Amino acid sequence: MPSLFNSQPSTALGGAKRWLVAGILLAVVVSLFSAQFNRYYLGIAIDCGISIILAVSLNLINGHTGQFSLGHAGFMAVGGYSAAKLSLVCSPMVPDSLKPLLFLAALVLGGCVAALIGLGVGIPSLRLKGDYLAIVTLGFGEIIRVVVQNMDSVGAASGLKGIPKYTTLGWTFALAAITIYVVATLVNSTYGRGFIAVNDDEVAASSMGINPVRYKVTAFVIGAFFAGVAGGLYAHHKQFLSPTGFDFLKSIDIVVMVILGGMGRTVGVIIAAIVLTLLPEVLRQFADYRMIIYSLIIIGLMMARPQGLFTTGWKKKGVAAV
Amino acid sequence: MSQPLLQLDQATIRFGGLTAVGDLSLDVHANELVGLIGPNGAGKTTAFNLITGVYQTTAGTIHFGGRNIRGMKPHDLTKLGIARTFQNIRLFSSLSVFDNVRAATQLHRAHGIRNALWRGIGFHRAEKEVETQVLELLDIFDLGRLRDEEAKSLPYGDQRRLEIVRALATKPKLLLLDEPAAGMNPTEKEALMKLIKFIQTKFQIAIMLVEHDMKVVMGICEKIAVLEYGRKIAEGTPVEIQKDPKVIAAYLGTEGEDDDA
Repeated sequence: MPSLFNSQPSTALGGAKRWLVAGILLAVVVSLFSAQFNRYYLGIAIDCGISIILAVSLNLINGHTGQFSLGHAGFMAVGGYSAAKLSLVCSPMVPDSLKPLLFLAALVLGGCVAALIGLGVGIPSLRLKGDYLAIVTLGFGEIIRVVVQNMDSVGAASGLKGIPKYTTLGWTFALAAITIYVVATLVNSTYGRGFIAVNDDEVAASSMGINPVRYKVTAFVIGAFFAGVAGGLYAHHKQFLSPTGFDFLKSIDIVVMVILGGMGRTVGVIIAAIVLTLLPEVLRQFADYRMIIYSLIIIGLMMARPQGLFTTGWKKKGVAAV
Repeated sequence: MSQPLLQLDQATIRFGGLTAVGDLSLDVHANELVGLIGPNGAGKTTAFNLITGVYQTTAGTIHFGGRNIRGMKPHDLTKLGIARTFQNIRLFSSLSVFDNVRAATQLHRAHGIRNALWRGIGFHRAEKEVETQVLELLDIFDLGRLRDEEAKSLPYGDQRRLEIVRALATKPKLLLLDEPAAGMNPTEKEALMKLIKFIQTKFQIAIMLVEHDMKVVMGICEKIAVLEYGRKIAEGTPVEIQKDPKVIAAYLGTEGEDDDA
């Protein structure tokens, strides 16, 4: 098991950066062969990568820091629309050789706009706890959706069409690797133990010199940034954005990945993101009953393993609380 | 006489009509061991919450190291050098023993997000330093062998001790212990008294103690303040306090007439 994901204090953390580089390289190399892949499977693989980015970044907020956010689809929408708009405006002016740079700029812009909005939403709302925060972030997500629905410059209700297809397997998984790296290294440091401390006991954390508000806002902003990046990837993958794709059900989907993977468990959340992205595809043959089966499976899993599907060892949460 | 480390000057907090702590004046000097006692509901823990910034005074002032702490948040005060434990243990239950203490060391560290992400040489050196520091502290209190245990799985006495170690990891000048002997048997209390004395001499810090157990308080404190209904009714050495008629009245009630005591 890579030391990156190990919650034990380890001196071998020097390997973390190596894992990141290896992950990015692997993604790029595999991407070189992607022309040979079945396009349907390729599309699903990219979907999985985007889900991983979304779930792992939300895990920093909901899992590690223990703040229940339902706004991730909102941040994804902000990032997706910002990125798509930039490449739509600029792509006619940019020569083909510089298209990757444009894409990178679009993704970074999407991430930054989402992070900025995350900061704006986070500072006032992170004073709230639990259910209240969930409701505020839920409201925020809906506001984003309604605003987009009424903005003619991004296609309003009919959606934003003709976004260039820049997203590849390489981009997606390289960014997924970066997301995992950022969240895992952040949490697995003395600094990052503060996130979990805030989750466990805010009052105690505060009297140990940990500023809970700052930690929560930091988690929120970083999470929002990567949700924005995921939105950018999504936009340049589907080539079409519609406000209805970012409703609160999308947020719930991501939350389910985090819960099913085990709050605060990076590996579990990655697996859950993949499984839950594949599941609807696998169930496609059942046509109309697909979503019913999907829901039943989730209910079953939650009843069988409320602490998360992939949790083992001492870091179990939410069970047998003292 | 040097300037006191902690100086409460008529500190008062009112919750609506209830004065939980009223006109409390008290000095704590560096490396002094002060006990705060009083019947249930006398406002001892509230006084702690005032000193640590959980509550703000409605009147009066509190100075720590010569600074007025008004408006400061608990985490700011921890940086200034006030650490505490809680009446009902509040460990980071899902973290290991090691990580509980580690989380508390970070306020004196410069490396933040950037270092944690970049993981340069400086980061590894700093993390190594933290590890040595934490293990040293844990070993002093005989918790080193439990370093990888989940905090909530520890026996009660170890949890209490771990909470003290965690507070010490913030490198305080003043340590506030809220009923450290609660739920302990006589042998454990004996050990706790030694431990508190040991901390005072080893770390050269001031300690303030809220405690119900008279044997513990009288046994180790150099100065004791007695609260009743939020007001200080007596202050002095253990011997003086034991003889003080007001204190006896507060704890045992007066005989016959109960108007003045």
